[in-house]
Amino acid sequence: MAKKVLMKGNEAIAEAAIASGCLHFFGYPITPQTEISEYMAKRMPKVGGLCLQAESEVAAINMLMGAVSTGARAMTSSSSPGIALKSEGISYIAGCDLPCLIVNVQRGGPGLGGIQPSQSDYYQATRGVGHGDLRLIVVAPSSVQEMASLTAEAFDLADQYRMPAMLLADGALGQMMEPVDFSAFEKRDLPEKTWVTNGTKNHGGKKNIVNSLYIDPNVLENSVRERYERYALLEENEVKYEEFMTEDADIVIVAYGITARIAKSAITELRKNGIKAGLLRPITLWPFPKKVLGELADKTKAFVSVEMSMGQMVDDVRLAVNGKKPVYFYGRTGGIIPSVEEVAAEIKKISETL
Amino acid sequence: MTTRIIFAGSGGQGIQFSGKQMAKTGMYVGKNVTFLPSYGPEMRGGTSNCTVVISDEEIGSPSTNTPDILVAMNLPSFDKFEPMVAPGGTIFCDSTLIEKKSARDDIKAVYVPATELANENDLSGFANVIILGQILKVTGIFGYDEFKDFLLSGIPATKAVLIEKNEKALKMGYEYEA
Repeated sequence: MAKKVLMKGNEAIAEAAIASGCLHFFGYPITPQTEISEYMAKRMPKVGGLCLQAESEVAAINMLMGAVSTGARAMTSSSSPGIALKSEGISYIAGCDLPCLIVNVQRGGPGLGGIQPSQSDYYQATRGVGHGDLRLIVVAPSSVQEMASLTAEAFDLADQYRMPAMLLADGALGQMMEPVDFSAFEKRDLPEKTWVTNGTKNHGGKKNIVNSLYIDPNVLENSVRERYERYALLEENEVKYEEFMTEDADIVIVAYGITARIAKSAITELRKNGIKAGLLRPITLWPFPKKVLGELADKTKAFVSVEMSMGQMVDDVRLAVNGKKPVYFYGRTGGIIPSVEEVAAEIKKISETL
Repeated sequence: MTTRIIFAGSGGQGIQFSGKQMAKTGMYVGKNVTFLPSYGPEMRGGTSNCTVVISDEEIGSPSTNTPDILVAMNLPSFDKFEPMVAPGGTIFCDSTLIEKKSARDDIKAVYVPATELANENDLSGFANVIILGQILKVTGIFGYDEFKDFLLSGIPATKAVLIEKNEKALKMGYEYEA
């Protein structure tokens, strides 16, 4: 058995990134993800990489765009308000079809909000992270092991589909420690990066251009349509989720990240009292596991989206369930992690109405 | 079997160290473990707490409102967490710093004058390790020797004095009759 190490989620992201060949990190400190920068600053010089603390989040995202244009594997990380600052750059990166990893270790908002864990950037990650028709691959770990393995996977997905990927975590996952094993990552066969701007001499004199400006609307529409064909492939092939006790469930909780763990504990308690609850945990938030939710809607009686927000992912659950069964919501926000007891009480209350 | 432990006290008392040491030992003996610290301004002093879950099963929530074990190393921590301890649970108090006693009859309360013991025995700063020793004795959550081995193996050989003091403090806590 490979040796496990006890690590913070933030450190696991950083170590996994380096292990996946990411040798360029551009960041700007913000709680609760600063350990990523800290770890990178310590480790990168030892592996011949670069950790650069930029003068701002905006500078960091644009440095990242430059680095990935040359074909380098690179990333940035921040927390909620910092991601908002990066949003213009993220849109440009999407428009230029550049692969990279952006990590958001969420904290409470809006505005400066607080520094405690939150999931209130779901809309930001899956809808409005930048202007224009665009999607990000969004992966949502729920353990320190997944903080590592999904970092590796997100880099590969970004390269395979030539688009930015986001790892959406929260302050609790970033700060908590769990055993993690770095030996078990799957590696994909990735296409050669023929499009990189690393000098014409490397492309037989052919000019590669990285650009997101298309003045002719027909050309722009075609470029967006081509990108959406890749998005369609992602939706077809890359949806990831975990099912827990859904087989005979009367009520299916939908939760991701740290909240999914609270839900699992609540389900174990509820089952002891004869309430048949189960969990569908989206691992990719985009593409969202809508097909499996549609199938579960034929078997179960109701859904409850449990989130650390005022209700954001619940919209996607409703779209997937498409009116077949009632969809409820329970959440805490502002930096509060819901307790196992309160989630169980809420599910019990709903189950009594079924 | 799942054990949920809250360590709470002031920044600088080794609260996070104690929690990490419990989690590490749990990992080394093949259990599932989580360690959830308080973070933010606490890291720079003030109140400090952390939650450790040690289990034979997959761990759901890494936080808890009903700890099985509470370690309280100052009065505000005692006041905040003592009412939350699960019935049948155990609290460990540094009775040098907390004069109050628990009024609950459904939990076991263990009072160790850890800070006083530390100060009298040239172990200033090791009150947390004294309490860890007492936890091993009262709960049997880990064997004394296995816990000691993992504790000492984490200290670089160049810091021989730390090895010696940790070992002395752990033994003192283990042998203390509360």
